[in-house]
This record gives sequence, C-alpha cells and structure tokens, in this order.
Amino acid sequence: MIRLVPRTDSAPLLQVATPVMAVLATMLAGGILFAIMGYDPVAAIRTIFWDPLFGPAAGYSRPQLLVKAAPLILIASGLAVGFRAGIWNIGAEGQYIIGAITGAAVALAAYPAQEMWIFPAMVIAGAVGGWAWGMIPALLRNWFGASEILVSLMLVYVAQRIAAWMAFGPMKNPEGFGMPGSRNLQQYPAASNPELIAGTGAHWGVIAAAAAVLATWFLMSRHIRGFHIRAAGIAPRAARFAGVKPQTLVAFCLGLSGALAGMAGLFEVAGPAGQITDKVGVGYGFTAIIVAFLGRLHPLGTLLAGLLLALTYIGGELAQLTMNLPAATVQVFQGMLLFFLLGFDLLTRFRITRRVTA
Amino acid sequence: MNRRHLIASVAAMTTISLALPVWAQDDPLKVGFIYVGPVSDGGWTYQHDQGRQAVEAEFGDRVETTYLESVPEGVDAERALTQLALAGNDVIYATSFGYMDAVINVAAKFPDIKFEHNTGYKLADNVGTYDGRFYEGRAVTGTIAGRMTKTNKIGYIATFPIPEVIQGINSAYIHAKKVNPDVEMRVVWAYTWFDPAKEADAANALMAEGVDVILQHTNSTAPLAQLQQQGKIGFGQASDMSSFAPSPRVSSVYNNWGAHYVKSVGRILDGTWKPEAVWGGIGDGIVAIGEITEAVPAEVKAEAEALRDKIAAGEYHPFTGPLNKADGSVWLADGQVASDKDLSGMNFFVEGITAELPQ
Repeated sequence: MIRLVPRTDSAPLLQVATPVMAVLATMLAGGILFAIMGYDPVAAIRTIFWDPLFGPAAGYSRPQLLVKAAPLILIASGLAVGFRAGIWNIGAEGQYIIGAITGAAVALAAYPAQEMWIFPAMVIAGAVGGWAWGMIPALLRNWFGASEILVSLMLVYVAQRIAAWMAFGPMKNPEGFGMPGSRNLQQYPAASNPELIAGTGAHWGVIAAAAAVLATWFLMSRHIRGFHIRAAGIAPRAARFAGVKPQTLVAFCLGLSGALAGMAGLFEVAGPAGQITDKVGVGYGFTAIIVAFLGRLHPLGTLLAGLLLALTYIGGELAQLTMNLPAATVQVFQGMLLFFLLGFDLLTRFRITRRVTA
Repeated sequence: MNRRHLIASVAAMTTISLALPVWAQDDPLKVGFIYVGPVSDGGWTYQHDQGRQAVEAEFGDRVETTYLESVPEGVDAERALTQLALAGNDVIYATSFGYMDAVINVAAKFPDIKFEHNTGYKLADNVGTYDGRFYEGRAVTGTIAGRMTKTNKIGYIATFPIPEVIQGINSAYIHAKKVNPDVEMRVVWAYTWFDPAKEADAANALMAEGVDVILQHTNSTAPLAQLQQQGKIGFGQASDMSSFAPSPRVSSVYNNWGAHYVKSVGRILDGTWKPEAVWGGIGDGIVAIGEITEAVPAEVKAEAEALRDKIAAGEYHPFTGPLNKADGSVWLADGQVASDKDLSGMNFFVEGITAELPQ
C-alpha cells in the first residue's frame, strides 16, 4: 500500500523551485507530445515561449502580454488572498461578468455624455458589482454554512445567463440592427479604456493589476489582517484563539476577490472586449485560479505566473500561425502546467512510503 | 482611443510592418482565416475550413492559406487579427459575427490588407462583408416539412432571436403553410449555436408536443439522433449531416463558403476586389440544398427542387406578398417583395406563427 507522509525536512528553496520545475516539465512533456504529433518539438517550444518576447513581431506581442496578463493578475491576486485563508472562491468568472455588466451599465446609462466622472464611476460600479456577487457565497456560508466553493461556482452560470439577457435585452445596441451586444465602449471616449501610452499595451487595467500586486503584498506581509489570513489558513483553531473572526475573514476574502474580479471585468469590457455580449466571460476567472497556484499564492509569484500564462496564449497563437499547431495545444499546455505544479508540490511536502499491511 | 493615440499606434504598426519581410509580386497571395471554433467542429467552422481548402484547390501555388482556430469573440479577437496581419497575410477572412468591431479596428491600422467579415454589417475602405441568404434554403426545407408532416405540427429549434434566425423561421413557416394550410409551427429557443445536450432536449420537447418534422438552426447532429429514435424526420444544418441520410435527415441546408472564397480571392488576384456587402443565396452557391433522399415521395422532391431552382434563377423571392405580420398589420402587399433592408433588421414573425418571439 502506498502512503503519503508529510515531510519534516521540506526546504524553503523547494517552494520557489517547484514552479520552475513544473514549467520545465511542461516544456518536456509538451515537446514529446509535439514530436508524436509530427511537429518539430524544439521549434514549437521556441515559438511558444521565445518568439512572443524576442521573435520578429515581438514589438507587437510584448505589450500584448501585458494586456492579456492584466486581468489574470488582477483576479489572481484577490483569489490568492482567500486561498491563503482556506476560503475557496472558484467563481471569479461570475464576479468578472457581473463587474463588466454593472460597470458597462453606468456607461450605457450616461451615453452619450462626455464627462470626466464617467470612467471612474464605471470602475467603482464594476468593483461594487463583483463585490456584491462575491458576497452572496460569503453570506450563505456565514449564515447557513453553505460551501462557498459550490455556491460561487454555480453563480458563474447564473452570471452567464444574465450576460446573455443583457446582450439580447436591456443593453442591446439600439443601432445594432437587432443583433445582440451592447454599444461598443471603445467608440465612446468618456467610457473607453484605451492604451494610455501608444505601443505599450498599458491600459488602466494593467495599472490596476500592478497596484493590486503591491497592495496584496502589503496586506499579506505588513498588515494585521494579512497575519490573520495566514494564521487562519495554517491553523484555524489557533487563529480563533488569537482573535480571528472566521465570518469576517470569509466576507473580507470573498468581497476582496469579487471586487478585483469585477474591476477586471470592467477594464476588459471598456477596453479590449469593447462591449457586453453573451460571451463577455472568456474564462479569465478560471485561468486566474491556475495563476494564483502557479504563483504560490504570493503576490509577486502571481505577477510572474500571469505573465507566463499570457505567454502561452500568445505563443500558442504564433505556433498556430507559423506551424499549424492545433489551438487545443494551448489548453493542453495550461493544463499540464497546473498538473505538474500540483504534482511537484505534493512531492515536496510529502514523502511516499510503502507499507505492507497485515 | 483619441486621435493622437491612433496616429501614434498606426506609426508603431508601420514600423513593425516594415520590419517584416516584404513580399514580392510573384510570391503567393497570403490568405488568412480566423475561426471561432475548432476546424473539427463538423459544423460552422468546419464549413469555413472546407471553403479555405476549396481556395487552395482552385488556386494552388498562387495562394498560401493559414488559419487561427478557436479564437473567442471579445478580448482576444483584435490581437488574433493583428497577429494574422503581422504574419503577412494579404487578405483576412473573419468568420464570426462577434469579430465585427475588432475587424474594423485592425483594418484601420493595416490599410493595405483586405478584410472580409462574415455575417456583419460594417464596411470600410478595406473591409467587405459576406453572408448567406439562409432563408432561401428554409423555403425549400419548409416546403418538404409542410408536405411530410402527418400531425400538421412542425418544429423549429431556434438559436437566438436575431434577424437571420427570424428570417429562417418565417420562411420555413410561409412555405410549409403554402403546401399545407393546416400546418402549425412550434419554436424552441435553445440560446446556443452548438450544444448537443440542449439541442436534444429541444427536439424531445418539440416531439412531446406532437411535432413530427423538425427544422434546426443549431449546428449539432443531436436533434437528428433523437428524431431517429422516434422515427421522425429533420434536416441537416450548416453541414450536410449526410451520415443521418436517408432518414431522419431527408435533406439539408448547408453553408458552402468556398463558392464565395474562390470568387473573392479570384478578384483579389486579378485586382478587381471591392469592399462590398455580399449576401449570396442558392443562386450564388453559398447556400446549398443537400440531396433530398428517397424517404421523401418523388412528387414532393420534384416540388422542392423546382422551388430551389426558381429561387436560384431569381424568378421567385421567398418573401413575396401578400404577407402580414403576426400582429395582423400588413407587411408586404400582393406581389411586393421584401427589401434587403427590411430583412436585415427583421424582428417580427409573420401572421400565423403563434410562438413567442423574445424581444
């Protein structure tokens, strides 16, 4: 019989090394997969991981890394805080969608006014929308002990239906010939979230993502609330004796991650996406879970992991264009990353022993 | 984006473009496609990829095609289109409605590249659109449905309440009614283009109401599988779905984009391409009627084929008056033909359809 025994000698260095090992193992396993499929593995790996940064069109793809990584980092930095406390918000995708809707609602209600307050009001509305959607599982857990994992996940599907209703109903573009989808906010200057400095890719969402990394780093390492969160995650009972109120933590963590996901939704809908459609959620909320774990639930790790995931998206497109690699390989890659990370993680924290049972 | 930003980013783009290899005159024309699904979806994207292959077969060494598959509409579309442009494509076909604004944005930054957007309505100096008059096909399958139903109830699995789908429901009903005055139309809104489980549910809901012929606007074969179990009939959609022939699939309306792609690429090669809104039907080859099987009596088959040929020849328009709207008001007077403008914004059912139209 195989048993897992916790290691007592787990080295701190391994904590940093496992994500790197996971990336290398993904490259290796991915390379073998490509070779079996009949593609040149070295060229494929280079196209995915190297060309977006240093290839012939890197001048375009480098800023796009920021655009793609920003919502992932913004969402993941909120999720990582909750995950540290053992509070599992799996429904960031739903909070992202609701934030996009509430934020866009402000813009569509104000249309066509050109006022300075519109965009800031949208950001606030997006954050409030995401926060409110995150508070539903928080309150249900605090009042009735409902699992926040299931409730937050189920609310993703509710949010998707609301987005479809909005796109086909109340928010439908009156000048859109009956087609679904709201007005395009990119074409509404007071509400749009453009590239702030041309050629950098940086829009307000990128700045917000950077701010979120700094703020959550400060929260977790310098603030008493961060100490409570870490304590609750490691030893819930001990934390309670230290004065941590579990209900407050649940509300704080789900509210914070909801608000950040909602803001991410708003920045996307006002920027790269442009409009509310029934497909406004593109999976950032789920991919951010991978980002949070790949980043070891640490703010700086989240930053690096978000950029790495963005690299696989953009490199995956290049590999399709230049090598005709199927699009599904990108998803296989991302799946492999999480698989290897969790696998190595297990092995650094546990020892496998064989025990003969009588 | 304000004007200063636009100019700056165009300048940035130009710099990038110059850094790429410049294609000499006798290099092949590079043709790029962006697909919303995987090429193996057996439906919408599969048919577009068949069209891409038709271009390769027609022009051989004179063209070089590439594609990006499974690109979601929304945040990723603009970047994916830009990647296609930076990869040196001379023309880019964007094959889903939701790419529309992204196409317009990217086309403005790459004025020397031609773009064509499928099912949209925005044109620009280097952007054309193309779409199919699918309602022409529904007139033919509606005729077969009206003749074949024994319960006088035909069903329609609708996707979303958008003009294209409403045209399809109206056209199918009008032509079923023409050959069978007692026919009733039941509509289920599936709110999906492709979801086998939901489509199967929709088919079963319709059959439970006594429907024995189903037209589907959704793209999976799940409804046909359900029809097969209950011995009822339906039609292939988007692709021919001939694996379900001769029954339950008694015919089909499928998208033959190759007819458009070959024509469009040919025009680019000989320098006569213009940005225009192409809306092609059976006559242009874009909308095709799959073989009508022996499960349909010979006289019904002949009737349906005669209608198909009349539409193809331009002798008959499926929306010809007298036609009233569902609320009883007059839409088209006797002999009057619907304008394309009317059709492209269609948001009402014709008189006789009692199903609810979500607004």
